[in-house]
Amino acid sequence: MSSGGVRFTVLQRSLHWLMAACILAMFFIGVGMVSTVMPKYIPLLATHKTLGMAILVLALIRLVVRLRYGAPRLPADLPEPMKLAAHLSHYALYALMIAMPLIGWAMMSASAYPIVLYGGIHLPAILPQSDAVRTILWNAHHYLAFAFFALVLLHLAAALFHALVRRDGVFQSMAPGPSHDKVAAAE
Amino acid sequence: MSGPSPSPPRPPFASLALIAVIVAVVAGAFAYTAGWLSPGRLTPTKIVEAFAPPTGPALGHRRNHAKGICFTGQFEANGNGAALSRAQVFAAGQYPAIGRFNLGTPDPNAPDATVRVRGMGLQISTPDGQVWRTAMIDAPFFPVSTPKAFYGLLEASHSKDPDAMKSFIAANPEFAAFGEWAKNAPWTASYAEEPYNGLNAFLFVDGSGAEHAVRWSLRPQAPIVPITPEDLTKLGPDHLDQEITDRVAKEPQRWTLVVTVADPGDPTSDPSKAWPEGRKTVEVGTLVVQQIQAERDGPCRDINFDPTFLPNGITVSDDPFPAARSSAYARSYALRTAEVQYYPYHQQTAAGTQP
Repeated sequence: MSSGGVRFTVLQRSLHWLMAACILAMFFIGVGMVSTVMPKYIPLLATHKTLGMAILVLALIRLVVRLRYGAPRLPADLPEPMKLAAHLSHYALYALMIAMPLIGWAMMSASAYPIVLYGGIHLPAILPQSDAVRTILWNAHHYLAFAFFALVLLHLAAALFHALVRRDGVFQSMAPGPSHDKVAAAE
Repeated sequence: MSGPSPSPPRPPFASLALIAVIVAVVAGAFAYTAGWLSPGRLTPTKIVEAFAPPTGPALGHRRNHAKGICFTGQFEANGNGAALSRAQVFAAGQYPAIGRFNLGTPDPNAPDATVRVRGMGLQISTPDGQVWRTAMIDAPFFPVSTPKAFYGLLEASHSKDPDAMKSFIAANPEFAAFGEWAKNAPWTASYAEEPYNGLNAFLFVDGSGAEHAVRWSLRPQAPIVPITPEDLTKLGPDHLDQEITDRVAKEPQRWTLVVTVADPGDPTSDPSKAWPEGRKTVEVGTLVVQQIQAERDGPCRDINFDPTFLPNGITVSDDPFPAARSSAYARSYALRTAEVQYYPYHQQTAAGTQP
């Protein structure tokens, strides 16, 4: 799925950086809230749920946009293993962006917890109460969160590698701000 | 690592080092936020573990208030609370209730007469899709002022140091009032004769958006018949469960829900401090307990009576306990729901399937 352009569209780049901020915040809110008994626990939990639902909506929009507009081709001289790693990690990132909020929502449902977001928004339960299902979902949410964070670190390292070491235009294809087509033209 | 690059060659070492530093800083901030670099942080895990007896927790059960029995019934709101809170639960009407009578112990098999604190978990649902959950106890105030002090109390009570409790009380003088209550308050032979107090201060938000600091209590309508712990022992280790089952089978049992409104300046952040006498109280309705169910297949077993699950119209105050209770209850709930195969603990142990 390649558009042949040198950069992602403005919409794609905006979604990417907005979601980068949201997802990074989610990791920190998540591990922070489960390790505290302080009063901030309550707003952290409410933020985690609200932001999670926002990420789910943004991820679904982003998936549609990606299918519609595609992505710039990877540099022809990128070694095959790196190309494969790039493709697989992006599939995994999309899967986690969509799965994690759904698992969280389902976990709350299976716990018979009321699901209240900021602004008093109530979400319906999507599963009946079940200890066994809740436990599976809790474990999935917990372990996938660490896998997701590791993947984001890898993604960050790879982006910086493209930007600072290879300087092959891959980072610029997603970089914020106006076009720097001179850089990409080096392809 | 470096493939052919279109840029002028330059040593990649500095760039690689920079990348490593950036990744390490993000990972380090994450580890700090998770508490991995702060062993002193009071976590929900620590609080929950501190409840466990030396033999370990009763798997599959709540980590505290482990012995209990379910009930269902309804809350009959008289409409008087509507001036204080816009929550639908205070509009005149009848709303379904699920709850749980319990003993303040981590041992689901503790004999009744060995446990001083009795409690009630309660959930009231309203047609607007909201729920109000609360977990109350019969003591009129909490033993300590802060979650940290509560953890200290749990540690001191399990400590092998004979002076641990003495040092704890010296450092937390507010505990003396609770000690007096535990020594002098009458025991009863029935869950139906107990008051259940919310203890924590919450804010009621009225229709105009104004906030009122409140605490709430359920006052029993059944006459209170004191009994000594010795006589309660003679009635059997599980008398309370049998008694409430028999009593409710004969006749529904009732409690009046009383809301106490703070005067300006009353302490809302410290549940160990009862508000002075003479505060405005509003009787907002009646809890009617209509049926008792064993916990095993009862509707209350899998409910986390998290006191921060509040309807629109009630919010937390500056009392630090609801947040601490919520995070600890969540941990306890995660543990016991993952251990459901060990429930009930006693029978599993007897069958020899306990690992």
